[in-house]
Amino acid sequence: MKSAGPVLTVLIAILALWYAGAVWMNAQWVRDQAERAGQTVTWEQIVPQTMNQSRPVLPAPHQVAVELWKAVVVTPPTSKRSLIYHAWVTLSATLLGFAIGTGAGILLAAGIVHNRAMDMSVMPWAIASQTIPILAVAPMIIVVLNSIGITGLVPKAIISAYLSFFPVVVGMVKGFRSPDAMQLDLLKTYSASRMQAFWKLRLPSSMPYLFASLKVGAAAALVGTIVGELPTGAVAGLGARLLSGSYYGQTVQIWAALFVAAALAAGLVIVIGMVQRVTLRRMGMLR
Amino acid sequence: MTWLILAALVWAGGWGLNVALSRSALAATRGGRLLVPAIFGAVILFVWEAVVRGLNVPGVILPPPTAIAERLVENVPLFWQDFQQTFLKGALGGYAIGCSAAILTAIAIDRSPFLQRGLLPVGNFVAALPIVGIAPILVMWFGFDWQSKAAVVVVMVYFPVLVNTVAGLAAADAMQRDLMATWSASYGQSLLKLRLPAAMPFIFNGLKIATTLALIGAIVAEFFGSPIKGMGFRISTEVGKLSLDMVWAEITVAALAGSAFYGLVAAVEKAVTFWHPSQRG
Repeated sequence: MKSAGPVLTVLIAILALWYAGAVWMNAQWVRDQAERAGQTVTWEQIVPQTMNQSRPVLPAPHQVAVELWKAVVVTPPTSKRSLIYHAWVTLSATLLGFAIGTGAGILLAAGIVHNRAMDMSVMPWAIASQTIPILAVAPMIIVVLNSIGITGLVPKAIISAYLSFFPVVVGMVKGFRSPDAMQLDLLKTYSASRMQAFWKLRLPSSMPYLFASLKVGAAAALVGTIVGELPTGAVAGLGARLLSGSYYGQTVQIWAALFVAAALAAGLVIVIGMVQRVTLRRMGMLR
Repeated sequence: MTWLILAALVWAGGWGLNVALSRSALAATRGGRLLVPAIFGAVILFVWEAVVRGLNVPGVILPPPTAIAERLVENVPLFWQDFQQTFLKGALGGYAIGCSAAILTAIAIDRSPFLQRGLLPVGNFVAALPIVGIAPILVMWFGFDWQSKAAVVVVMVYFPVLVNTVAGLAAADAMQRDLMATWSASYGQSLLKLRLPAAMPFIFNGLKIATTLALIGAIVAEFFGSPIKGMGFRISTEVGKLSLDMVWAEITVAALAGSAFYGLVAAVEKAVTFWHPSQRG
């Protein structure tokens, strides 16, 4: 709790900077309006007018807060104007993809640890794939699956599965290899089979690595889903909100969608962190 | 049908070869470690080609690798133009600005534990957020050209590099700092001669993470609006025209650019942090 003070200070500083930025960036519009009306405006007149424009260059924080309140609390979640609705569309695709990607990643990692040929063939590619912008394939996957009649949740889930897959593979291979030679030798002296060694030693000791890669994977999966929602022509989801906001110059809407996306990402990471703490404590790995 | 049988045979043969290679003495050598994944990659490409031909998969769903390679060779000037626009201007420009800003910020807040305690949790939090989402806003602010892409890249790379640099500046241990103090080294001297060098492995970790983010940021930002060139523009328009061979060719270019960029930063890291245990092998 001793960092609460500093963090609060930084957050207040960010808020102050944001307000200053809103005044500075929106002032031009006020001046243009005044010039058209043949008036001159002073700073005292400009500042209040920068706070509540309908299409500001940078919306003031309270405008975003009001929009968030309207779109999250006031509007019923079934409405297409509700951000809860859009957030759910994005979250469900993310979770499905994340589950598929993580499951497949753990399976492949288990295969890599137990099969030397697989290790040597696949592992360099899995590592190299982390240096390339995989996200660029998202529009293609969406359009191709659309053209063969698969729409809705599944194409987006495939993208987020793909994005969360590689971090999990790389992390879990490290995790399954984390028990040291002494421990593996001990199991050998017990004449444990490879399966027993996997379930009783490798899997439990990979848990810290699993949670670290789950956090990376969850963030990647969310980004994947949001980008996957862009080329569908802005139907539903947070990505669609971003895109339609940018088409129609609705900056307040973009910022509100961004905040919901940030909250989703933070929520996912926090939930994984909580599961991590409970699991590791029960396993006695956390003091 | 013959194509499918051929694909199955090549797959089985390649896999058998890799199993044999990985058990042989060659597996311990450098050449063997390169050969096995190369064989695997080549087999995957061949199976892809053969299955697409054997099942007559239409080109609008999955083009064969040969068609992609053909497009790539035919349109070299076009891809070079896209590469310049997206990579050299957008990604590289933003990467340079964002990383140097982050490193300078880290050095600036280094003297204030208060700011560190405040900025680090915030930085860690922001690093996990879907920052590409700010792309539409920055495209509105900075226009359609590469400046807006560079701005997205700046924001994307800033926080990972900041967090890593701050961690790195704390890496020199108390004994070493005390030694510098006994030599009555000034703050600047101890920063330049001890703490920055000690921070290099951490800084490069951040820089390497940032290479991928930079390219992703530049490409995704182009989905929100761009002049009629650039990798992201090419991908989204060619997807719209259903000419997937062009899309795959552009993705190949992006993958090569990404790996080369990462490799370059890793090579610089090797030269700078030659003293670190992880580099001495």
